[in-house]
Amino acid sequence: MTAPLETERPSGDEDVRPDRPWLVIVWNDPINLMSYVTYVFQKLFGYSFEKATKLMLDVHHKGRAIVNSGPRERAELDVVRLHEHGLWATLEQAS
Amino acid sequence: MIGRRRFARDRFGRFKTGLGPSERELLKALPGQAQGLLEVRDPSAARVFPVAYPEDPKAESDYREMTGEHLLRRHQHALDTLAATVDEPSIDEEEINLWLDALEVLRLVLGTQLDVTEDVIVVEDSDPRAPQVAVYRYLSMLQGEIVDSLAEALPVDGIPGDPGDPGDPGEAL
Repeated sequence: MTAPLETERPSGDEDVRPDRPWLVIVWNDPINLMSYVTYVFQKLFGYSFEKATKLMLDVHHKGRAIVNSGPRERAELDVVRLHEHGLWATLEQAS
Repeated sequence: MIGRRRFARDRFGRFKTGLGPSERELLKALPGQAQGLLEVRDPSAARVFPVAYPEDPKAESDYREMTGEHLLRRHQHALDTLAATVDEPSIDEEEINLWLDALEVLRLVLGTQLDVTEDVIVVEDSDPRAPQVAVYRYLSMLQGEIVDSLAEALPVDGIPGDPGDPGDPGEAL
């Protein structure tokens, strides 16, 4: 049996990209200590001291940094854990 | 304090507090004051309950509903633990993590009250905010000491793969 191939093809207008990931963003704030922020990144994400420090400095100098990304539920859990530690974290879907 | 580092981990995994009498009095009094502000969601406690979805009011409202009580209970427990254990000559790992959390809450509230906008705040001695600024600076120093001690135990190279939430006593939502 042969099916007409043309009806099986995607129209080309649909967005066939896989789900866009959700980004966990930490924002600069004047209250949290630099050493504390680095420590929290190491503790929560298992990052090396070097990577955690780089992210902390990105937050400090650029105003924000993406500290993790993934499916929405996972990203939201990261935000909860950052909020538990008093960091100013938000999440948004990658564009 | 030169030559004597506080909160060093001893061989039993405990942390010597080494606080002076005036420090202990302060750390006994501050948690109670913060508790009241958290319970009524005073504007000065706003930073303790951060916004997760600034662009999406519906998602933010759901997030609040899911996490608000959890964050409140967690921080209340930390503040209670600080006040209750501040006279102890040494504390265990769970307690020092709760102290760290309590100091974070106290600094967030006080920093908001002082409208801290710079990393370094400078006020004249005659400024009415001077005593609060001194407390804020003290809490910052203390938190820094605890961070330095706890950070020593973390692997410098990180934890490969998915570490989950190692050592965090916080319960699931």
